[in-house]
Amino acid sequence: MVFLIQQTLLFAVPLMIVALAGVCAERSGVINLALEGIMIFGAFIGVLFIRVMQETGMFEQEQGQILMLLTMVVSAVCGALFSLLLAFSAINLKADQTIGGTALNMLAPAIVLFFIIMLIQQTKMGMAEGGAASWFMIRPSTFGLPKDHSWGPFIDVFINKVYLSTYICLAVFVLVSVFLYKTRLGLRLRACGENPQAADSLGINVYKMRYMGVMLSGALAGMGGFTYALTTANCTATGAVAGYGFLALAVMIFGNWTPLNIALGGLLFGLFKCIAATYATLDINGDGIYLLNEIGVSPYIYRILPYVITLIVLAFTSKSSRVPKAEGIPYDKGQR
Amino acid sequence: MLRVDPSTGKQKWYTTDGTKSVLSALISILIGMAVGSLIIIIVGLTKDGISTKGIWDGIRLVFMGILSTGRDGAELSFGFNPVNVGNMLFRATPLIMTGLSVAVAFKTGLFNIGAPGQYLMGIAGTLSVGLTLGNAGCPVVVAWFAAFLTGVILGALWGAIPGIFKAFLNINEVITCIMTNWIAANLVTWWFDSHEIFKNAAEGGKIGYIIPLKNVGVVTPKMGMDVLFPGSQANGGFWIACIIAVAVYILMTKTTLGYELTACGSNRHAAKYAGINDKKNIILSMMIAGGLASAGACLYYLAGNTEFFWSTYLSLPPEGFNGIPVALLAANNPVAVVFSGLFMSMLNICGTQLKSLTAYNEYIADIIIAVIVYLSAFSMFIKQLLNGRKQKGGNK
Repeated sequence: MVFLIQQTLLFAVPLMIVALAGVCAERSGVINLALEGIMIFGAFIGVLFIRVMQETGMFEQEQGQILMLLTMVVSAVCGALFSLLLAFSAINLKADQTIGGTALNMLAPAIVLFFIIMLIQQTKMGMAEGGAASWFMIRPSTFGLPKDHSWGPFIDVFINKVYLSTYICLAVFVLVSVFLYKTRLGLRLRACGENPQAADSLGINVYKMRYMGVMLSGALAGMGGFTYALTTANCTATGAVAGYGFLALAVMIFGNWTPLNIALGGLLFGLFKCIAATYATLDINGDGIYLLNEIGVSPYIYRILPYVITLIVLAFTSKSSRVPKAEGIPYDKGQR
Repeated sequence: MLRVDPSTGKQKWYTTDGTKSVLSALISILIGMAVGSLIIIIVGLTKDGISTKGIWDGIRLVFMGILSTGRDGAELSFGFNPVNVGNMLFRATPLIMTGLSVAVAFKTGLFNIGAPGQYLMGIAGTLSVGLTLGNAGCPVVVAWFAAFLTGVILGALWGAIPGIFKAFLNINEVITCIMTNWIAANLVTWWFDSHEIFKNAAEGGKIGYIIPLKNVGVVTPKMGMDVLFPGSQANGGFWIACIIAVAVYILMTKTTLGYELTACGSNRHAAKYAGINDKKNIILSMMIAGGLASAGACLYYLAGNTEFFWSTYLSLPPEGFNGIPVALLAANNPVAVVFSGLFMSMLNICGTQLKSLTAYNEYIADIIIAVIVYLSAFSMFIKQLLNGRKQKGGNK
């Protein structure tokens, strides 16, 4: 059970944060189809940064948590910078946002693989030394306690063998949600996605707001990409994130563009991902029987379900969808 | 300057929309290649072990890799290389088909980003039927057509799903296409995972591949390609793709169906008002698009010597996505798609040459393609620049 909850959180958190990234951009009126590409880029920058820091010897294994925090900031900044490409074409040049996003999705793996091969002559880049678990995982030894120390079943779930990044992402998720829905700036940003002309007439700079939305989106997606690489890919960058960015788009639609529903959707999809990845050795209630394996349901069912559920949800909610009204339409000042 | 020839009343050739489309495509290509060269220069200057000569070699291969004949001593040599040109034609075949797929959907106002999924369904249909009939001793011609048609029909049905969602529920086709892509990736992997008879167990060291169709003899005839380009993979599939491209051109420009599809793309509501069944046309357009994309997969795998890695549920075939730049570069003109498809596969060949002859690698070609897609997102903007200020002045 402990294992199931921890694994689900590992899979769910990147999904949630990247889905929220999608919301930030779409609420400001720009479709961000480039989430997958930005994740790939963020993951690459994060792993590269860790490698360089390890090689220069600035950080030792004991300071792993500080290095991880720093890396999250770096990949968020680089994700935001990368998303500027989308912002520029979508906002200034009024280009087709879907094509612009597709271009970024093609550009990111190409650049990442090009540089990984130039740097280390192979297509997979890991850390310079050690692994994600030995450097960044929180364990009793992190607090100076003996290896087999236990805090009891409940607390163990949340602080034994987990990554700090999971909680930082959750905190950021809450902060950004509050920003979007409870602050004046957030309200202005959302107005630009619903009725930019009205927003402009009230003195809001639509271009600025949309830039903010897209860059915030890029920062969250970059951070989510690194978190994905750290927690589920043992801190390696390969020029792919296995469709996570697109799955995050599905979570966003599933959650109807609202943070609370996205959190629930992220957990649900994370659970499916987790079951599909670990079903053969998953012991839910600790009686030594691998229940899901014995039912005999193919793991492909679990892999397909998130996408099928999204399609069904789309089919039933298309009438009451909360999709931002001005999404995907370039803002033209001269238009009324 | 007058834009209309006073004697004939027709637009001058250099002011037509077609000329501007070609020009803006050429500008995109040039900028893309310039960005690629720039990366080569920057990387070459910052990385040890790459000399100025290495940089110069890299840039030359980006532009003329198709003519490369390897190295003559220390110097790169250039000339007609039948293997390169033949392989270019071979790899262009699926790109032309997915490009046509995206172009037809674009004409109906739909963005078919679902080509990878349709492509995968085509692979599954073709390989399964081809191998089964081939093993059963069916005549090659019958097996070939059965395999081809099964793949095309599967792809068309798969393409119909986003079409139905769009037509009846008005759900953005981009989202449904992305969902169906990943569903297809999992379904195809599942299908081959649970059918051991299709897996290539005979050849050691090739774990995870499906038996190539040449083992059962169901292959597309060469149609003279082996004489023209000896040593390459080129086959008659390229000619078939060209014929299909012309057929699509005729369909879209000379038939009622094509007119209805285009009308729906220009303005769905106006078309409906004029008595065109918009729902039917949207679904039909996606089905044609799906069929074209999967036909690309069929032609590629019916070549016989291509092998399919079946455990693909974590990735989508790049041929599907590369249909998007092919269509964009061709401004959705089916005949121009043939040329832009050839250009994309030429870049691909340049990439492999770059990998085998210099310190750089093949992903520089992907970067160039991505830059071209990025630029074509605002091709309207480039066209406006080409128009200059004259149009604003009202000089018509």
